[in-house]
Amino acid sequence: MSDYNFAYLDEQTKRMIRRAILKGLAIPGYQVPFASREMPMPYGWGTGGVQVSAAVMTPDDRFKVIDQGADDTTNAVSIRTFFERTAGVATTTKTSQASVIQTRHRIPEEPLSEGQILVYQVPIPEPLRFLEPRESETRKMHSLEEYGLMHVKLYEDISRHGHIATSYAYPVKVEGRYVMDPSPIPKFDNPKLGDMAAIQLFGAGREQRIYALPPYTQVVSLDFEDHPFEASKPDHPCAMCGAENSYLDEVITNDAGGRMFVCSDTDFCEARQAAGHTGTMNGKDAA
Amino acid sequence: MQAQTLSGGFADTATASAVAFRQVMEAMARPGTIHMVTGAAPPAPLSPATGVVLLTLCDPDTPVHLSGALDCDAVRTWIAFHTGAPVVGPSHCVFAVGGWDDLTPLSAYQIGTPQYPDRSATLIVQVDQLEPNGAILSGPGIKDTHSLSLPETRAFQLNAGHFPFGLDFIFTCGDRVAALPRTTVVMHKGAV
Repeated sequence: MSDYNFAYLDEQTKRMIRRAILKGLAIPGYQVPFASREMPMPYGWGTGGVQVSAAVMTPDDRFKVIDQGADDTTNAVSIRTFFERTAGVATTTKTSQASVIQTRHRIPEEPLSEGQILVYQVPIPEPLRFLEPRESETRKMHSLEEYGLMHVKLYEDISRHGHIATSYAYPVKVEGRYVMDPSPIPKFDNPKLGDMAAIQLFGAGREQRIYALPPYTQVVSLDFEDHPFEASKPDHPCAMCGAENSYLDEVITNDAGGRMFVCSDTDFCEARQAAGHTGTMNGKDAA
Repeated sequence: MQAQTLSGGFADTATASAVAFRQVMEAMARPGTIHMVTGAAPPAPLSPATGVVLLTLCDPDTPVHLSGALDCDAVRTWIAFHTGAPVVGPSHCVFAVGGWDDLTPLSAYQIGTPQYPDRSATLIVQVDQLEPNGAILSGPGIKDTHSLSLPETRAFQLNAGHFPFGLDFIFTCGDRVAALPRTTVVMHKGAV
């Protein structure tokens, strides 16, 4: 650990990121450019989230990393180990005990509290990017609050599929001003973005952008009066813990069409099982 | 004089600035809340909290404006040695430091551009008192309302009216900090 500066990054880099975070908090939903560094992991593995985590982390923190809700996937394990080694911080898999939570594509099921920080890994921070590839144009669109194109996209969803088919990275409007990409979280998680007690920070390493949501910020998922936003999830209970209200992953269990739905948030699922809740396939061989 | 210039920095830069930044970030994310910071012993008239904020956020990339009594040799040399930040006029600064009366008029500072509203100054205001009473604050980061003793209310209302442009404020008093981003709606006590 002593071979590295605390939390890996040099101090000037951390100051630069910290200044970007403060401006991000001052302008909720606006993407602040920052000089993203090369990290000892490839782009797409959470370099933006890692840099934001490194800039906010203190030695007293307890750090948790989730990847699609799971604490035990490769990405989560390697980032957790990275900060154990370079910052010497304590780590945990329990949502309630963590002070800094880095996440890829999920918001924990358990409500977060004041004093916690949720750091998102963001691949494409610009919600308008697939509609307008030029950064110079999307900057202009944000400055003019010109978001008609996004509504056209959602409308085309309805005209083609009969409903808004966007199911993840569902665009939101922050405090009635900036349209923001909440990172590829399922739209099931969108209602948790607003009025959250914790600070939410978003880091996009390859795209060199940081943005933020202060606590208790108004975040509205874009929709139409006659096609209101709906937070959807697979229509099953969790096969392991029986939870009816958590986001589920579909797991293929054999070649004969067997499948099961389990909570994507492993900590939530394990805590429920430990409390005695059980699902239909818990402890049984998958059919 | 020289000993004073060389001393007063963070004992352990990496951890001290990490701890200090968390307090400043909490202050900015929850406008009106007051947080304690430690670790810096800058020369007068800088307060310890002002020193901590400067050490945490300033470096050669961030031009600093010193106003009023703060623009003295002791402060200039201390900032130069510990942060390397160039000292400039108000129209080019990223951070401005001073008492409230010295920092006005606020029109002197950059408030950002339409495409980059983040390119705006942050004002570090040294105030004589910092208490959770006085002006009523609401907006992002605040559940219902917070109260904070502000030097005035009108200037902050005008600043918030420029959103997404605007200045952000960090108030320091002794070893305490609070912050007021441009999003916060400030109302005079008794106006609600």
